[in-house]
Amino acid sequence: MKSPCICGFTAIVLTLLSGLAVVPRALAADVAQAVLDAEQQRIAAIEKASKSAVAIFANGGRGGGSGVVITPDGYALTNFHVVQPAGDYMQCGMNDGRLYDAVIVGIDPTGDVALIKLLGRDDFTPATMADSDGVRVGDWCFAVGNPFLLATNFQPTVTFGIVSGVHRYQEPAGTLLEYADCIQTDASINPGNSGGPLFNANGDLIGINGRGSFEKRGRVNVGVGYAISINQIKHFLGYLHSGRIVDHATLGATVSTSDDNRVIVSDILESSDAYRRGLRYGDQIVAFGGRTVDTANEFKNVLGIFPRGWRVPMTYRRDDQQFDVLVRLTGVHAREELLEKVQRAVPAEEPPGGKKPDQDDESKEDDQPRDDEKDSDADKPDGSQPKPGQPKPGQPRPARRSPAAQQVKVPEAAAKLIEQRRGYANYYFNQLNRDRVWKSFGSSAGEFSTATGPWKLTGELTIGGDVEILLGDETATALFPGGPANLELSKDLDEQTAPEGSGGLLVGLHLWQRMLRVGPAQFGDVYYLGTVPVPGKELPCDTLVGSYNVVESRFMFDPETGLLASVEMYASPDGDPCEIYFSDYREMEGRQWPHRMEVRHGNDVFADVQWKKIEVAPAVPAKPADAS
Amino acid sequence: MTSDWRLQHELRFPSCQIGSERQVRQERRIPRLFSRWALCMLLAALSLAVVRPDRVAAQTSFADVVDAVQPKIVKIYGAGGFAGLEAYQSGFLISAEGHVLTVWSYVLDTEFITVSLDDGRKFQAELVGTDPRLEIAVLKVPAEQVAFFNLHDAVELEAGDRVLTFSNLFGVATGNEPVSVLHGSVAVKTDLAARRGAFATNYKGPVYVVDAITNNPGAAGGAATDGQGRLVGMLGKELKNSLNDTWLNYAVPIGELVGSVDDIIAGRFRPRSEDDSLKKPTDAHSLATLGIVLLPNVLSKTPPFVDSVLPTSSAEKAGLRPDDLILFVNDRVATSSDTLRDELSYIDRLDPVRLIVERDKELLEVELLP
Repeated sequence: MKSPCICGFTAIVLTLLSGLAVVPRALAADVAQAVLDAEQQRIAAIEKASKSAVAIFANGGRGGGSGVVITPDGYALTNFHVVQPAGDYMQCGMNDGRLYDAVIVGIDPTGDVALIKLLGRDDFTPATMADSDGVRVGDWCFAVGNPFLLATNFQPTVTFGIVSGVHRYQEPAGTLLEYADCIQTDASINPGNSGGPLFNANGDLIGINGRGSFEKRGRVNVGVGYAISINQIKHFLGYLHSGRIVDHATLGATVSTSDDNRVIVSDILESSDAYRRGLRYGDQIVAFGGRTVDTANEFKNVLGIFPRGWRVPMTYRRDDQQFDVLVRLTGVHAREELLEKVQRAVPAEEPPGGKKPDQDDESKEDDQPRDDEKDSDADKPDGSQPKPGQPKPGQPRPARRSPAAQQVKVPEAAAKLIEQRRGYANYYFNQLNRDRVWKSFGSSAGEFSTATGPWKLTGELTIGGDVEILLGDETATALFPGGPANLELSKDLDEQTAPEGSGGLLVGLHLWQRMLRVGPAQFGDVYYLGTVPVPGKELPCDTLVGSYNVVESRFMFDPETGLLASVEMYASPDGDPCEIYFSDYREMEGRQWPHRMEVRHGNDVFADVQWKKIEVAPAVPAKPADAS
Repeated sequence: MTSDWRLQHELRFPSCQIGSERQVRQERRIPRLFSRWALCMLLAALSLAVVRPDRVAAQTSFADVVDAVQPKIVKIYGAGGFAGLEAYQSGFLISAEGHVLTVWSYVLDTEFITVSLDDGRKFQAELVGTDPRLEIAVLKVPAEQVAFFNLHDAVELEAGDRVLTFSNLFGVATGNEPVSVLHGSVAVKTDLAARRGAFATNYKGPVYVVDAITNNPGAAGGAATDGQGRLVGMLGKELKNSLNDTWLNYAVPIGELVGSVDDIIAGRFRPRSEDDSLKKPTDAHSLATLGIVLLPNVLSKTPPFVDSVLPTSSAEKAGLRPDDLILFVNDRVATSSDTLRDELSYIDRLDPVRLIVERDKELLEVELLP
C-alpha cells in the first residue's frame, strides 16, 4: 500500500484543481469508489464467512479451538486434536452471540480432522466449500477463529494473509496428524485457531487451519500456518459422517525419487492390491489419484488425501509399457493400532484429589489445544517428542484434560445423540446413516422382505450364451455356458468361490438376496462405512459393510437414486473380491430389479449378463414353478 | 550513512559501490517526481480521473507476480543439520549464467553446496566469493538461460510499501516445490548500526524492517520484492535482539550489496594466486615481518584467527589483538590462514598492510606500517 503517497498525490491534485469546480470532486469520488469497492468486497467476504465460524469450548471453557459449519443442520468441521480432549460433547459459540451444544460425529486422527454436529437449529449459515486445487500461491486468504480463546463473546477473530504455498507435505507426528497436500498461509494462525476455517478472498472455504511451523520462537504464529485442504476433507466427509474413527490409506508400496525426478517403487508388499494389479519393484509411478507425480513428496501428498478402502486410478510404467489400473488402498494402521493411538493421544487423567499446586495459576491460554505442542514436535529437526503432558520450558503447558477428567454435565438433547462403542467416535451417527441409506433404498426399490421364495434369474451374456441362476434357501446354483456351479449355504461361504474365476459370484448374489430381504439390522454385523467411489458412478456411493458367515461384503448405494450400485464380496481379506455391478433397474411387481449385472474379479470381467426374466417364487420350500 | 564501516566501504569502492547505489536511487526518484507533476498537469488539462493501479487492485491476487518470481529463487543445502543449525538456506539467481546471491553462513562452509532450482534441477554449486563485511556470498551453478534478477534494476521502497518475500523458510519446500511467499509492508528503513550491541551481526548498514515474520530459519538469502515482483532486498540472517529477546524481520536493500556483488563476480575478491599475470615482489611481507602469530593451521581452511601479537611489532603498534579474525588484506578476502599467507606474499615489504578484522562482532580496520 502506498497510502502516504496517495494522500500527498490527491492533496496536490485537489490544491491544483480547487478552482475547477466539478473535476476534483469527480476525481475524488472515483478514487474513493475503487477503494471502497475493494473494501466492501473484503467486508462482505468476512461477513459471509464469519457466520459459519464456530468457537469451540471444551470442558466448560477450559480448552477449545475453532470450527466451521458446513451444513444448515449444523455439521461442522474442526481438528481432531481440538475435539479429542473434549470427548463426546462440547459447546460452540457463533457470531449470532449464542452458545450451541455440540456432539462428536466422526474423527480422522491421521488427517487431524473431526466432524461435529451443533444442535438446536436447522438453519445455520454454512460455509461454501471452494475447489482448493484452484488456490494459487499469492492469493489473498483469511482465517476466522478463536485464537487464544479470545472469543468469549463468540465474535470470531479474523486474520488476513496470502497463500504462501500449496500442495505442502508436513510429516506426521508419529503416524498421526499428517498434513498432506496442505495449504500454507502467512495469515496469523495461533493457538486456538486450530480447527477453524481458511477462506479465499470471496469468503469460500478452502481449508481447515491446524498447524504451524514453530521452533525456537515459542508457540505463536511465525508467519507459517498450514490448513488441511478442503478437497481432502471432501474425500473424507462421507467417512466422517459414519461416526467411525477413520483411517488414511497406504498403497502397500514405498516409493523414492530417482535422480532424474521419477517416482520409483522401492518396495512392495506381495499381499497388496497394487501387487495384484501388477505393480512391481522398480516400476515408475507416473500418475496417482488423477495427478501426475514427479517426486516421492508429490506421491505422498496425493496418497494422503484418500481414505482407506478407496480405489483410485494409478498409471505406472515399466520399460516402454504403460499400465492404467484402479488400485484399492489399504489402511495406514491396523484397526487396533489406530484405536490404541487415539487412546494414547488422550492426556493422562489428573490425579484424584484435584490439581497439583503448580497448575493453579494457569492462565486460560494454557488450556489451548495441543496443536502447537504437537506441531512443534513434528517440526523439530530431530523429530524427538516430549512425553504427553510434559510441559516444555518457557512454553504454555499442554492442556490436560480427558473426557473423564472433567465431569461436564451433558445436556439431555446432546446425550441422545451420543452412543459410545469401541472403534467408533460416536456410534449413534453410524446407525443414523445405516438407517438413512436403507430407508432411501427401500423407498426407491420397494419392499423385498416379502420376496421370501427362491429367486430365479434367466438371461444371457452380452457376448452370447444363456445364464440361469437360482437363489434358494439351502442352495444357490448357476448355469453358465462354461458349466454349472453350486453353493451349499449350510457350509462356510468363504470356501465356496464358484463359479470358478468369479471370486464367489454365488456367495455375492446370496448375500445380495439376504440383504434385500432382511435389511442391515438383521443381515449380520452391518455398519455404515461412508462414501466410496464406484466405477461408472459420478458421485461416491454410500457404503454398508456387512459380515455374515465369515465373509465380508460391501453394499454400495447410488446417492442419486438410492438404488444398490454394487456388491463386493471378500472371500479372503487378502484377495480380490467378487465385484457385482447392478444397472438397468426396472420395476417388476412393485420392486426395482437390476436387469444387468457385470461381474468382475481381479483384472478380469467374469461375466456381463442381461437378465430377461426375474422370478420370485412363493415362499414355499419347493422348486419354483416356471413362469407363464 | 554515518557508521564507520560504511565510510570505509564507500571510500574503498568509490567507483562501483557509490555509483551503483546512486543509480538505483535516481531511477526510482526521477520517474516518481516526474510522474506526479506530469500527471497533475495532465489531469488539470484533460480532467482525467487517474487511479493508481495498485489501489484498484487492492483485492487482486499476487499469484501472477509470484509465478514470475519463483523461477529466480533457489534452495541451498550445505553444512549443518545438528545443534539446531539448519543445513539449508535460500538464495536467488542474479545472472543468466547461474550466479546466485545468498548470505554467507556456516551452511556454505562445505565443499558440497547443493542448489535446487525452482524446476527441481539440482546442482553442485561453486563458491565464487564472499564479502564477510556484508555477510553475502555469490555461488555459481552450471545452469544456463535461467531466469534471474538484475541487481541493477532493483527498486527502493519507503515505509508503508508492500513487500513480498520469497524464501525456503523451515525448509518447507523440497525438490521442485516452490518456496514460501509471505507478504508484508516496510515498517521502516533504518540503520542496523543504530542497534549496535543488540544484534550479533557484521552487517551494520541500512535495512528494511518488515512487519511480517519473514526471517525464519532457512529464510536467509531469500528475495524481497515489491508488489510487482521487482527486487528490493535480500532477507538477512535471523537476528535476535540480545537486549529484549525479540527477533528482527528485515531485508538488506540491494543497493547496499550490488557493488560488492559486482566485485565478487568480476573476481576482485579472488585470491591473487589465481591470477597468473601478477608477479610477487622480491621482498614481500609475511606474518613474521608483521609480528602476527595465527592459530595453528590444522584444517584445510583454518580461519585466520590471531593467536598472539609479537611485542614491538607493527601488528602490536597497529593495535591488533589475540582472537581477532582477519577478514581482508588490502581489500582481498582472506578466507583461510593459507590465503592470508599467500596474499601477504604479494605485498611489497615497503608498503603498508591494511587489515579488516572482526573483534567482538565488530569490524575494525587496522593499518600495519612497515
